[in-house]
Amino acid sequence: MLPDNLKENPVAAAVEGALAPAVLEGKFEHGELTLVIAPAMIVAVCRLLNEQQFERLSGVTAVDWYPAEPRFEVVYHLHSVGNNQRVRLKCRLRGEAPEIDSVTGVWRGADWYEREVYDLFGVVFRGHSNLRRILMPDNWLGHPLRKDYPVHGYKYSYAEPGVEP
Amino acid sequence: MSDAPVDRPAPAAGPTRMALNLGPQHPSTHGVLRLMAELDGEVIVKADCEIGYLHTGIEKECEQKLYQQVVTCTDRVDYLAPLSNNLCYCLAVERLLGLEIPALAQWMRVLLAELTRLNSHLVWLGTHALDVGAMSVFLYCFREREDILRIFEIFSGQRMMTSYFRIGGLALEPPRGWREPVKTFIDAFPSRVDEYEDLLTRNPIWLKRTKGVGWMSLADLLDYGVTGPMLRAAGLAWDIRKAEPYTGYEKFDFEIPVRTKGDIYARYQVRLEEMRQSTRIVQEALEGMPSGPWKADAPKVVLPDRERMKTEMEALIHHFKIVTEGFRVPPGEVYQVIESPRGELGYYVVSDGSAKPWRVHIHGPSFGNLQAAPKMIEGRIIADSIAVLGSMDFVLGDTDR
Repeated sequence: MLPDNLKENPVAAAVEGALAPAVLEGKFEHGELTLVIAPAMIVAVCRLLNEQQFERLSGVTAVDWYPAEPRFEVVYHLHSVGNNQRVRLKCRLRGEAPEIDSVTGVWRGADWYEREVYDLFGVVFRGHSNLRRILMPDNWLGHPLRKDYPVHGYKYSYAEPGVEP
Repeated sequence: MSDAPVDRPAPAAGPTRMALNLGPQHPSTHGVLRLMAELDGEVIVKADCEIGYLHTGIEKECEQKLYQQVVTCTDRVDYLAPLSNNLCYCLAVERLLGLEIPALAQWMRVLLAELTRLNSHLVWLGTHALDVGAMSVFLYCFREREDILRIFEIFSGQRMMTSYFRIGGLALEPPRGWREPVKTFIDAFPSRVDEYEDLLTRNPIWLKRTKGVGWMSLADLLDYGVTGPMLRAAGLAWDIRKAEPYTGYEKFDFEIPVRTKGDIYARYQVRLEEMRQSTRIVQEALEGMPSGPWKADAPKVVLPDRERMKTEMEALIHHFKIVTEGFRVPPGEVYQVIESPRGELGYYVVSDGSAKPWRVHIHGPSFGNLQAAPKMIEGRIIADSIAVLGSMDFVLGDTDR
């Protein structure tokens, strides 16, 4: 449901109009529009916004709100060069087995961003063609940007050779 | 096509195919980038990039530090444009705090950010030309770069890791006599750009190596998330300094250089023209530099002057509080973007109301730009790949963070 002050916002209203159940929350702060999207609808919303001039995906990242639940927020920053407009989409995921659909079908540029979120937060992107670690070594254990991962790491950070991490 | 790297089993490769591994320790990859190419003769059939060799975990470290301590981490992200990173982070936190920055600090930020752009473009031009075989350009560019680093040293005491922009303004008062070296440098600089042009613009080898190479359609560039001079070389007149002005860029008169060819030569033209435009901005900033305070009037955020700290009880308390426990930032989130020399640089800062950022995500322009590299070099010969990588002007520190 959109709050009243966003009913006038063309981007928020367009998403609400076309995919009403997708928008869970919305806010407009510091001159930035944020829409909280139901995780199952993220690809549909991205495709809709992509068709409405949001030709660029500025980035995908995540925030870990440990120990709160739902723990993860996957954050998408969309940008329209033509309209000089930005919008932030957010999906909240629970901590046990965070999974969300990949938006690589909408923007090919999402590839590395999603790999980075997978690598550092352990969020799995369904339908990503090449979901492996991008910054950390392939046999690394754990996901360093999670809040329950110590800053100085663990004594044994690598998987044994021949063992699936 | 799948994006599996070529050093993993690739049964489709015929007997004539060969795997070539370039890097991570290779001078032409400008840092630790690993490029894996599948070759048919000298032609690259398929390529893939492997990054992460310079991953330092800066984003994790930012979460452990007080807001004002993070500034020094941002220097180390893109080591060729430290001031751009300082600026972007400070602007993000200042928006969260709702701080008003005095005019002198804003103009000084513009001036130094543009000198950073010159600095970064000079390193790009020198190393790119060196890759393509023009040795002397490198020496010319580093001569001027030295002058810029000396100016940074005059301001901040540091050549590269300046940390000169702080939340609320500048780190130090602009030193006495700062105008003279800046003016001497910037007055001479246009003639230096002419010298680079004399060496390259009509050089037949340079033209052969750069014209028509590395082309990609504008739609593809946008799709891959490429930003900055590469987009402008492909015909899109989008510059964040004009589109979403920050720190007072709307007060400056400059043009966005655009070319339409989208090849390496067009990128070269765009960046050289950007150098001329940056010179113009620095000159404007020099002429119109306002006077007044150089840091915001926010005693709970900005450290007091040394003199006041020693004489006023309240200033001493503020100083003690800021140094020992930092300042609290209201809960919220901000995604601040600026035009770094390489393209769209974004800082996504999330606050939970404490004195340490809950999350700092750094969206480096090199990350998006590099993603398009494999597609840009597929179908071309190996020598072209070196020229294409050079023209992308990525910094691996910015990519891996």
